[in-house]
Amino acid sequence: MRSAPPIDAFTLRRRPPQEKLIDIGFRQLTLVLAASVGIILLAIFLTVFSGAREAMATFGFKFLTTSAWDPVNEQYGALIAIYGTLVTAILSLLIAIPIGLGTAIFITEDLLPSKLREAIGLMVELLAAIPSVVLGLWAIFVMEPAIRPFLNLLHTTLGWTPFFSTAPQGSGTAPAILILVVMVLPIITAISRDALNQVPIELRQGAYGVGTTRWGAIFNVILPAAVSSIMGGVMLSLGRAMGETMAVTMIIGNSLNFSVSLLAPGNTIASMLANQFGEADGIQVSALMYAAVVLMVLTFVVNVLAQWIVRRLSLRY
Amino acid sequence: MTASSPSTVASDVCMSLQDVTISYGSFEAVKNVYMDLPKGKVTAFIGPSGCGKSTVLRALNRMNDLIPGCSLKGRVIFDQHDLYDKRVDPVEVRRRIGMVFQKPNPFPKSIYENIAFGARINGYKGDMDELVERSLRKAAVWDECKDKLKESGFSLSGGQQQRLCIARAIATEPEVILMDEPCSALDPISTLKIEETMHELKRSYTIMIVTHNMQQAVRVADMTAFFNAEAVEGGTGKVGYLVEFNETENIFNSPNQQSTLDYVSGRFG
Amino acid sequence: MSLSTPPPINHFTERLTLHYDPGLKRNRFNQVANAIAAFFAALAVVPLFLVLIYVLIQGGRLISLQLLTDLPPAPGLEGGGIGNAIIGTIVVTLIASLIAIPVGVGGGVYLSEYAQNGWFSKFVRFGNDVLAGVPSIISGVFVYSLIVATRVFFDQSFSAMAGGIALSVLMLPTVIKTTYEGLLLVPQEMRMGAYGVGASRFVTITQITLPAAFTPIATGVVLGIARAAGETAPLIFTALFSPFWPEGLFHPIATMSVLIFNFAIMPYEAQNELAWAASFVLVIMILGANLLARWISHASRS
Ligand SMILES: Nc1ncnc2c1ncn2[C@@H]1O[C@H](COP(=O)(O)OP(=O)(O)O)[C@@H](O)[C@H]1O
Ligand SMILES: [Mg+2]
Repeated sequence: MRSAPPIDAFTLRRRPPQEKLIDIGFRQLTLVLAASVGIILLAIFLTVFSGAREAMATFGFKFLTTSAWDPVNEQYGALIAIYGTLVTAILSLLIAIPIGLGTAIFITEDLLPSKLREAIGLMVELLAAIPSVVLGLWAIFVMEPAIRPFLNLLHTTLGWTPFFSTAPQGSGTAPAILILVVMVLPIITAISRDALNQVPIELRQGAYGVGTTRWGAIFNVILPAAVSSIMGGVMLSLGRAMGETMAVTMIIGNSLNFSVSLLAPGNTIASMLANQFGEADGIQVSALMYAAVVLMVLTFVVNVLAQWIVRRLSLRY
Repeated sequence: MTASSPSTVASDVCMSLQDVTISYGSFEAVKNVYMDLPKGKVTAFIGPSGCGKSTVLRALNRMNDLIPGCSLKGRVIFDQHDLYDKRVDPVEVRRRIGMVFQKPNPFPKSIYENIAFGARINGYKGDMDELVERSLRKAAVWDECKDKLKESGFSLSGGQQQRLCIARAIATEPEVILMDEPCSALDPISTLKIEETMHELKRSYTIMIVTHNMQQAVRVADMTAFFNAEAVEGGTGKVGYLVEFNETENIFNSPNQQSTLDYVSGRFG
Repeated sequence: MSLSTPPPINHFTERLTLHYDPGLKRNRFNQVANAIAAFFAALAVVPLFLVLIYVLIQGGRLISLQLLTDLPPAPGLEGGGIGNAIIGTIVVTLIASLIAIPVGVGGGVYLSEYAQNGWFSKFVRFGNDVLAGVPSIISGVFVYSLIVATRVFFDQSFSAMAGGIALSVLMLPTVIKTTYEGLLLVPQEMRMGAYGVGASRFVTITQITLPAAFTPIATGVVLGIARAAGETAPLIFTALFSPFWPEGLFHPIATMSVLIFNFAIMPYEAQNELAWAASFVLVIMILGANLLARWISHASRS
């Protein structure tokens, strides 16, 4: 047997002190790095809020309900942009949800050989990888000219409703909504697919066992079981759609005049920031920061709600 | 014996547990264990599932530190030190008390690197090739590995992986090797090989082994500790305790406790 | 002889037949639903094809060595290239990676290896999700106010560095999340094995745990880099744009994404064409990175 080492140095292998220092130092380092997330988040909120303070003091809540955006007279209200942000995001989701969910069902059920289903899934994921600025370019030069006849038709047949009351003129809210559909579709599809895949096979077998058809099982058993994750995914997409900047900026027209018509040019908070922030000065910067605060609060609420839904509803099942 | 002088342990004792109670959070998994584990012998821990054998074994090289909420009361004396003294560095403890786990857990590295990793950490300065070969030979797995030392440890079968893990533990030349059901995931042939390995190893090491297999305890162990668990009033689960600790022969042939007899004769658990 | 009434055959066969009856209401419904789902799936992949076809045709036909190595022309002139923007995209993405990868991997290591699921780790993970949801344009506004407007770097305002920092804010949550989730997949026995031979936590993490989680982390990081390379919004008023070759990290720099934005809305055909060409290069790079990531995770599985 070995002879016992001296009492105070319980170190046969004698870990050198620098090794212990590295061990402790590494832990502290990673702690600081993890904390950096909180620090950055806090810094973003503080920076944007402090930038917005002047405009908040000057315009108050009227900023949210008026639509003047007048650098000459220094009058600012963000109603057009807020309205545009909400309308484009919500309408694009209403279109994307059925398509995305339908696609997800299509590629999780055994309607096709699995290779083909995987290929479709892959293509939808690759669509998510295309930069939004490229989609914007495509929207300007390809999509918008292609859908113009259809938009014209909407105007001539439904022109009596306020939503289609103006003649389409190139850029506008409607093409922006369509390009947003293209952007959120992959998110909704991917999250719905994961949610459907996680429904335990036993549940499915149970439903088939009592004699339901495929779609009977889907509507009565599978979708209800996956609904919380799907809802969470929808909320995440809503947040993404509200904050989406480039493609929308390039096609929405960046109008400073309020119009209910979807065929008229519109604006969103993000595209207003992209267009004006670099060249603004004085209180306009602060007004833009105020709009940025509104956007941050909107996306924050939506994202937190998304996480809450996923956690809350999934407990039930 | 006074509480502050752990060095009063007899010289042929390798580790001494003194009133050890181990809890997960507020749940006491094992209570009031007193045990003197002899040097240079194989000691087996037997008992029904959930009675705390693994918990006690992990306490012997402070592996429990890594389980959040796990705490230990009492003292574990090794080499005249209380392992749970504040000044003791658990990493150093594990360099002297190695461990083999229930599930083979080779590192995602080559077979050679699996052995060399531990040796390097422990500051081994000698001939690495020689050490790798010697360790693999001692663990009775050299013949199966010698042609594929550069291949991943995962390329071996379950039994070979486990012997690789034993070789890995031997390579650092610890004084004690702890084995937690090292054969439970293996086929009978691999099990026999590992038992042969243990017979080899007990010449140079002190070994503590948890096993579910009573024949195995009879075959390899000099000493056997029988643990049991029982529900206590007001407790949240069954609390484990040491029933009897004696030479293996006595435990299996003439135990002092009725419950030991019931267990070793298969009337129980 | 006797004309006893036959059993109500129709009734019985209808109930008992095991043959598939396409006329049955539930089967018709199934058919219609299948068709609708198939139609939606087709709708979902159509945009990808349309975008890819246009980018490949419109942009691909312009690709030449000159285009890849020249500077963009002055407005109104013909020819030119996107050489500076290609370099700029690489530079800015590299800066972002050099910041976000170490910070993110370190933070992910803390969450998975050290934190004990207490309030701090919950807060960081929540904050990470919130940060991932912050619109990219906000990160541009943030870095503009913090770095560009204050001229902290050698009294320079717009700079490649500022652009890289803005991108790193967007990359960070992805890197943290993939690191954290990748490390969670490493079986606890692997760590135990390392501790069992006397490895410290530092050695265990750097030599056993992180390498074991290499594949998911690398996959996520590559995807994060690809995503950052295509981002535009955070760069518009941080890196800005420059018609010249990069002059250094602390000067404005051209990037492909900002070039596409600027040139798409110009009324000159030469500029519009360069926007398509840049889209081609960018899309090829990004899809290439995506396929690389897929390949990494695929290769390690087999
Ligand atoms: N990591 C842990 N966290 C909480 N409780 C544990 C943990 N490991 C073991 N236990 C509990 O401690 C008791 C003893 O477990 P263990 O030592 O694994 O028993 P054995 O190895 O004898 O089967 C059991 O009741 C078990 O549920
Ligand atoms: Mg056990």
